[in-house]
Amino acid sequence: MGGLAHIPILSVVIFFPMVGVLFLLLIDRENESAIKGTALVFSIIEFAISLPLIVYFNPGTADYQFVEKIPWVKALGIQYFLGIDGISLLLVMLTTFLTVLCVLSSWTAIKDHVKEYMISMLFLETGMLGALISLDLVLFYVFWELMLIPMYLLIGVWGGPRRVYAAVKFFLYTMVGSVLMMIAILALYFLYHKATGVYTFDITKLYQLNLPVGAQMWMFAAFALAFAIKVPMFPFHTWLPDAHTEAPTAGSVILAGVLLKMGTYGFIRFCIPLFPSAAMKFVPLIMLLAVIGIIYGALVAMMQKDVKKLVAYSSVSHLGFVMLGMFALNMQSVEGSIYQMLNHGISTGALFLIVGMIYERRHTRLIKDFGGLAKQLPIFATFFMIATLSSIGLPGTNGFVGEFLILLGTFKTSRPFAVFAATGVILGAAYMLWMFQRVMFGKLDKEENKVLKDLNWREVATLVPIVIMVFWMGIYPKFFIGKMEKSVSNFLATVNKKVEARRLMDTGAKALADNLWQTGKLKVRKVN
Amino acid sequence: MSVTQGIAILPLVILAAFAMGILLINVFSRNPKDEKIGYIALTSMIFVFLSLFSFLGKSGISFGGMISVDIYAIFFYLVFVVIGTLTILASISYVKTTGIQSGEYYALILFAMIGMMLMASSTNLVMLFVSLEMMSIPIYILAGFHRNEARSIESSMKYFLLGAFASGFFLYGLSLIYASTGSTSYQAIARFLSNTERLDLSTLMWIGLAFLSVGFFFKIAAFPFHAWTPDVYEGAPTSVTAYMATGVKAAAFAALVRVFFTAFPLFQHDWTSIMWLIAVLTMIVGNFTALVQKSVKRMLAYSSIAHAGYLLVALVAGNQIGRSAILFYLMAYAFMNIGAFSVLMVMAKKNDYHEDLDSFAGIGFKYPLTAVAMSIFMFSMAGIPPTAGFIGKFYIFSAAVKSHYYWLAIIGVLNSAVSVYYYLRVIVYMYFKEPEGEIPDYRFSVPAVLSIVLAAWGVLQLGILPQNIMAIAQHSIKALM
Repeated sequence: MGGLAHIPILSVVIFFPMVGVLFLLLIDRENESAIKGTALVFSIIEFAISLPLIVYFNPGTADYQFVEKIPWVKALGIQYFLGIDGISLLLVMLTTFLTVLCVLSSWTAIKDHVKEYMISMLFLETGMLGALISLDLVLFYVFWELMLIPMYLLIGVWGGPRRVYAAVKFFLYTMVGSVLMMIAILALYFLYHKATGVYTFDITKLYQLNLPVGAQMWMFAAFALAFAIKVPMFPFHTWLPDAHTEAPTAGSVILAGVLLKMGTYGFIRFCIPLFPSAAMKFVPLIMLLAVIGIIYGALVAMMQKDVKKLVAYSSVSHLGFVMLGMFALNMQSVEGSIYQMLNHGISTGALFLIVGMIYERRHTRLIKDFGGLAKQLPIFATFFMIATLSSIGLPGTNGFVGEFLILLGTFKTSRPFAVFAATGVILGAAYMLWMFQRVMFGKLDKEENKVLKDLNWREVATLVPIVIMVFWMGIYPKFFIGKMEKSVSNFLATVNKKVEARRLMDTGAKALADNLWQTGKLKVRKVN
Repeated sequence: MSVTQGIAILPLVILAAFAMGILLINVFSRNPKDEKIGYIALTSMIFVFLSLFSFLGKSGISFGGMISVDIYAIFFYLVFVVIGTLTILASISYVKTTGIQSGEYYALILFAMIGMMLMASSTNLVMLFVSLEMMSIPIYILAGFHRNEARSIESSMKYFLLGAFASGFFLYGLSLIYASTGSTSYQAIARFLSNTERLDLSTLMWIGLAFLSVGFFFKIAAFPFHAWTPDVYEGAPTSVTAYMATGVKAAAFAALVRVFFTAFPLFQHDWTSIMWLIAVLTMIVGNFTALVQKSVKRMLAYSSIAHAGYLLVALVAGNQIGRSAILFYLMAYAFMNIGAFSVLMVMAKKNDYHEDLDSFAGIGFKYPLTAVAMSIFMFSMAGIPPTAGFIGKFYIFSAAVKSHYYWLAIIGVLNSAVSVYYYLRVIVYMYFKEPEGEIPDYRFSVPAVLSIVLAAWGVLQLGILPQNIMAIAQHSIKALM
């Protein structure tokens, strides 16, 4: 960590966008270019501030790094506790990366209330980063809910015709899941106090608690519901297409790129390590739902007339892969799962940006209104092709690495699921390429399409970073996987150890259990 | 350490002196709608606040042990000062625009506050009854202060008649308790009950306790004694509604907690099983009826029923966390509720109160700061961080979970999720809807703005840095043991 030891870098990363909000508040609302410029500058600086994290991150340990820990609400034992490991590091980078692109992509697409829009965007960034970096359950919960407010406004104010319905549906769905999680958090808190006499929401401490399987099942269910709605897993996905179709482009990018990852991240950070024995029992169910999600999402995507809705349903399918890999619970599959989270952020983000660009020109997203665009818009076509191929998972692009690792890992633990999931890959290629063919190739027969202008420098600048990421992650995945390796192996070791200890305790082999589980304290950080 | 009897009633004396002074000034004042009187009432709040410092680390007993000004009471005094300050600030221009006689108005506000403070410090059932009346009668009058409006008179009349019945029940209950325990002092009752075999207790004691509860449930608007709330709250002048919804509720809870935990702690198990049901029904009825309201004022009235339900959850939990959660939540509720009503008061014009949802359409971009403040209040009432409402609910439900009332907590949070819908609707109108026609020009007077700003600050302060108030609340309930 070197020179960073004295700077509370994570706090800076979380709250720097709020400084931007303060600046924006001071700018006159008529001066739109200054507002956009300020927002862009702040999002770029924010990305620059987050870069040292990846530079100074030590991939050789599974410990949380850049830790900050101060009491927040002493009366309840709530802490302001921040830290990142290899899993959250990459998601943090993804967030700061995508926010820059979102601000850029909103340059001309947002015409009304630009000031409020940019404020919401930066506010949202703070919420998302806070949720990813928090290591205290209450702090996490606060940020988790806080994200809802700006996202709700983004959909509700700047969205499409049915935006109010979509915004409220989005909020309520998430809220119902989260409040039950709050009860589980409290239950866990008091159970921990009963076991140790300490009141804390510190997850590194709560990890050491190994509850009876019955209690784990209930709490797992409560946490899993909150996260499954967010992911969204089949059958809790119905809010997603509405939210995506109505949201403005940048809203969709953030929603797909980061917000949905909060669900999968929640599983890997909280749900599974806190309640591993229950997770083991839920594995078949969740894998089944994941595979249904993969195939169902792909089939529904194939039938869509609206390009944006198609991309939205493809998200359901892709996130099915993430869940499948995570619950296959082995090294390759979990790494693939995290990799797929990043991929989905990059490639689906790119697709939403591209759909937004064409929508801004044509004010329609229906496939039948296009055709032959490749002749008119060659630069656009190139970017669209790359995004499409990365979404399909062509070797050489990022998508391939993630899907391959997930399928490889899943094949080791449960072949039938791997086989069914693999059909999802084929279906994915089918709906994406079919859509691409109908939109870009064929005859340029619509008069409106003949006058479309190709991308301008700003749009190219928005897409180029994504293309770089697509190939970087596709060709040299080791850079990213290397960062997460230790954290993932530690995650798996913790889970296996806890499950084994619980099993021994339940079967009465107390002495053996104690051996593994020295006086209730698991040496979580010692692996292999 | 204790203060002298004189100091113990100092806050009350200050209030009484100011109230009577205001009445006198009003007699000689030429302009009955004088703004100055409002500022005089405000000054009394400052004096009361300062007088609280004479209790630092001490407590006082007065009226032959019938009132005890301990840390528990002082916490509520603080809550009442907050409520009084915000209400008076918001009233100053509202009183003027809607043509209320300001002299009597502020005097009655202060008199009612004396009643509230006495309720929080009573340690004797007779004293409690007297203070209950002392609080209620000024409020009955205040509810009818828009005397040219049918709905205000209806509000006053309804509240008075039903309130009189509730007082009757309360008094009857108290007499039955006296008959079966031989005392009206909380301590003496508790002593008697702990020295008597359960089977030897007369049935009258139970009936008395039930009747006493009816009186309380009426004042806090708990199911099934809540039916008066919407009409009364909607009809009363908005400033009075804010005062009622927060002050009366806080005073009633202050007394309820003190009575049940100091006089009847042995029966905790008996009354919690009934209160469990009442808490659940109160939350459900409040939230589900609030869902369909078109008037924001009426929606806030129903939502206040729901909030009483959440507070009852903490009471059922019955542990220390629950009791301090009640204190914390009432403080939080004072800020967020009066804040929301202050926004309504700013929007009120003579003969056109702009209380329906449609009036909120589009104000998000015309009055951005007001809309942000209103959003903060709505998010807080819905229990979304980082607001006081979130911390309050979190605290309440943690008490329920701690006492293993899992289902109660689950029903509670689901209710809270339902409530999000109707609180969000205000935000939907403010930001997502186009206004029909011109948005009227609202006048923002300095005191009204101050009340909104103070309330918003309170909501965020308690939401982001709740540590101090929480510690004080936890300390305060020790007076009950």
